[in-house]
Amino acid sequence: MGLPTPDTGHLRQTEYATVYEPAEDTYLLLDAFENDREELQAQRPTICVEIGSGSGCVSAFLGQVLSPYGALIFSTDINPAANNATRETVAKTPSESVFDQCRTRFVQALDSRLRGNIDVLVFNPPYVVTPSAEVDSTIEAAAWAGGVLGREVLDLLIPQVPALLSPGGRFYLVVIEQNKPDDIIAEFAALGLAGQRVLSRRAGIESLSILRFIRPKL
Amino acid sequence: MRLLTHNMLKCHVKNCTDPDKQYPLRFKDVQIEQIEYEPNEEFLVRMLPRLDWTALVKTAKDLNIAIPDSVPEDPASDQEFLQKLHTIIMETHVTEGSMVCDGCSHEYKITKGIANMLLAEHEI
Repeated sequence: MGLPTPDTGHLRQTEYATVYEPAEDTYLLLDAFENDREELQAQRPTICVEIGSGSGCVSAFLGQVLSPYGALIFSTDINPAANNATRETVAKTPSESVFDQCRTRFVQALDSRLRGNIDVLVFNPPYVVTPSAEVDSTIEAAAWAGGVLGREVLDLLIPQVPALLSPGGRFYLVVIEQNKPDDIIAEFAALGLAGQRVLSRRAGIESLSILRFIRPKL
Repeated sequence: MRLLTHNMLKCHVKNCTDPDKQYPLRFKDVQIEQIEYEPNEEFLVRMLPRLDWTALVKTAKDLNIAIPDSVPEDPASDQEFLQKLHTIIMETHVTEGSMVCDGCSHEYKITKGIANMLLAEHEI
């Protein structure tokens, strides 16, 4: 049963040393996609964006989930090694989607054109609670250090999300309990975007959840 | 980077706000590669309304790629149009070079097919 997890074996090569390896948080997100496979296919997404794609495991898996329908899947990351790792991962994963990578922060440079056009937006943010100074302190830390409440990076994106989504568009977000998921859901509700926890799992010290927000159809 | 992706990129330098100049970004010293890809007409028809056609025409002409000036009334049943569209946005890749903003002259580099849109703190 289930779709295969994309092959990220190439991350063992030294040029990918700074790229976050798929872990329990990644796999929980893949499971959420798989659970939603039917509705995702019915939605027939045309443009998908993964922010901070790292290994590319999630982007590649999304392509599989949407197959046999095709979509354009943009993967952004600030780390060029992650852009390259993503390219390699999606190339190895069979799907009907087309993939392009872009080195940027969040959706900068894409946001203006993609406003109201993103059918599926995905973000597995740097969510670990750390001192503020650790956020973006090194290219490795940028992959996980989230500052106060583990929210400093995510909080920069939240206000932009509702306008980016197309009518019926979805936003999938990975969080841990320390990020205060209920507060995040309330913040999005205030922005007109209803959301809920769709999946939760305990992994070591982390209590992980996937939040899903859907913009109402017109 | 496909021309499809280029159609979605806009200069985001702070204070660069002239909409007629910051988009589309102008290619400079680029290497182009045609990579064959299985056509998917249903996807092309869905993508069509998301494209900025005027920008695509401008870019294609800059690169000496033939492109219809306008989208036909019923693109879904126009095989010839869809084939052209497929070649332009799906199979035409820019592998090296840069993209220049005509508004602020900022140059975004493309390396091994990946555009670097990251700006320094003072540019944002």
